[in-house]
Amino acid sequence: MIEIENITKLYDGVRAVDGVTMTVEKGTITVIVGTSGSGKTTLLRMINRLEEPSSGEVRINGDSTLSVKPHILRRRIGYAIQGHGLFPHHTVARNIAAVPELLNWPAERIRTRVDELLTLFSMEPKTFRDRFPAELSGGQKQRVGVARALASRPDLLLMDEPFGALDPVIRTRAQEDLRRIQQQLGSTIMLVTHDMEEAMRLGDRVAVMDAGRLVQYGTPADLITRPATDFVADMVGELERPLRLLSLIPLSDLVEAGAADGAALQASASLRDAMSVCLWAGRDAVPVARGGEIVGRVTFEAIRARVRRHP
Amino acid sequence: MLTPGLLFAVLGLAALLPPFMIVAANRIVMGEGIRLWSLAGPAAVLPGLAAVLTGLGLGAVVAFPRLRIGGAMLGLGGLVWLLAQGATALLDGAGDFARVSPTIGFWCLLAIFMLTMADALADLRPGPLARAAFLTAVLAALALILWSGVLSDLSILQEYAGRKDAFADAALRHMGLAFGSLLAAAVIGFPLGVLCHRRADLRGTIVPVLGFLQTIPSLAMFGIMIPILGWVGDTVPGAQALGIAGIGFAPAFLALMLYALLPVVGNTVTGLAAAPAGVLEAARGMGMTLGQRLTRVELPLGLPVILTGLRIVLVQNIGLAVIAGLIGGGGFGTFVFQGLNQTATDLILLGALPTVALAFVAAIVMDILVDLARPTPETSA
Repeated sequence: MIEIENITKLYDGVRAVDGVTMTVEKGTITVIVGTSGSGKTTLLRMINRLEEPSSGEVRINGDSTLSVKPHILRRRIGYAIQGHGLFPHHTVARNIAAVPELLNWPAERIRTRVDELLTLFSMEPKTFRDRFPAELSGGQKQRVGVARALASRPDLLLMDEPFGALDPVIRTRAQEDLRRIQQQLGSTIMLVTHDMEEAMRLGDRVAVMDAGRLVQYGTPADLITRPATDFVADMVGELERPLRLLSLIPLSDLVEAGAADGAALQASASLRDAMSVCLWAGRDAVPVARGGEIVGRVTFEAIRARVRRHP
Repeated sequence: MLTPGLLFAVLGLAALLPPFMIVAANRIVMGEGIRLWSLAGPAAVLPGLAAVLTGLGLGAVVAFPRLRIGGAMLGLGGLVWLLAQGATALLDGAGDFARVSPTIGFWCLLAIFMLTMADALADLRPGPLARAAFLTAVLAALALILWSGVLSDLSILQEYAGRKDAFADAALRHMGLAFGSLLAAAVIGFPLGVLCHRRADLRGTIVPVLGFLQTIPSLAMFGIMIPILGWVGDTVPGAQALGIAGIGFAPAFLALMLYALLPVVGNTVTGLAAAPAGVLEAARGMGMTLGQRLTRVELPLGLPVILTGLRIVLVQNIGLAVIAGLIGGGGFGTFVFQGLNQTATDLILLGALPTVALAFVAAIVMDILVDLARPTPETSA
């Protein structure tokens, strides 16, 4: 558990981060979202003390981050940044091994860990282990960057716009990969982005920052249905709200008995997908499958009713 | 189209026309120029001439760099043959004090064949190890020619024969000056560079001061050293015992070291700054200390630039060390200035040629080291 308590950062008298208090549960993804200059990156960098807080405190599993030297603290916290920051003169394997090397892991254990991570990120160890960063695609570099940040099984992974340098198609894939890997490893992740779409897609909880203050901290559905301020409503986008909400709800929530025409959608797909199919095919319902078996249908009418329950 | 190969061939043919060697009654007087075909009898001249012409012809074949290198080697062999044959024939009956030396025609052809070789080598893009092997082979061939004695009739080698011990001493002194001052500059300049890299305020002071030192002309610098070190030698106890005096090795060494500081410090600062900001941020974020960031990230990434600085210094110091001869610092400069005083051209060359060769070899060796220090292998041409 990460507890941030009344943390403030002053730059020449200006409050870049102003009295932020929040708690992050173990094993979840928390996304900090805001416009540029909102203090979101400063907040993140104060957690591993790349910036020293002017006042306030951060506790990781109950221990204050001020109780250890900054570089020792940082070895326990993964850190991935936009544009990956890989060492150009080291192979992929040595890049991933960077923190374990700093922690003096035995060579054998490092090697096993590197191969394990490469496999986890769908990169064949034999093919990629000895390549240099210059020989990788943008998406591969980004994956190696995240693998490096996870190498020593850190208590917490901090990510600063990790997908900012990727094109949209690769970015979506990278977001899905991160979700999958986070669930597999049970990691605790705090991620900074300016992209609300990304925040909604990835975050178990989303924290919205504006002018150094934390203006709302809640689930994506909270933000959509009960925006705390006009700024949050703006960030979510008034016209986008129903669509964003639908994309958060799986078909399994609304599935009912009955038949429908056309190809089936998986129960884990979102209501937004179902609505899209209905509109495009001109139908009133889509069949829902779990695995290979049809379990029922979701109707367009039910989707409309679901949205209206959240005015 | 006028290719370098063709240009070299045309220039080479033109270079056959001016005198190839000079024969003089003694080592001081002006000699008489002898053209290539009058050096000796046809039996002696024709094989050499044929080799030179074939070499020029092969050198013009642009498509095959290996053939051009072969041609250049054949041509150089021809030149050595002509020198040896010419020296023997011209000295025959010319008197006890007569001297023969190569002149304009020889030097032009030598330059052309070396340029051909360099040009062809550049086309082949050999790796660092291949270049090292080639350099070793060339030096071995040169040593073999000099050691075999086929050229020992040449005036410059006669000057050498009379000064074998002095030459060895000068060579050691010269290298001591050039390499020693480089080492001292590296030992002082490298930490200074790291300091300047870390602290922008120090950089703003130190780099301009070193830049100012560079602008002092070398003779003036030696001049300044004389009173300063003379005073130190006279007043500091034990300084004279260490060889510190107004003239001699110490002021020359110190001056060369001061000149070397700017390239060393400047390139260290530039090299260390070469690490991308994102990479340093990641290194800091993962928990590397200041020292670890320096040794694991900044240094390896900056090493080629830092070594390039040392290369500049080394080549510059090998040349500048000649001037040390003026203030009794020793080295090849001694021969150059003796030769100037005696108007003995070959004595000047005895000092100048080894200096040029040394600088040339040092530059190639340092280039090889710079290539080996590149952090990642070149992935494509």
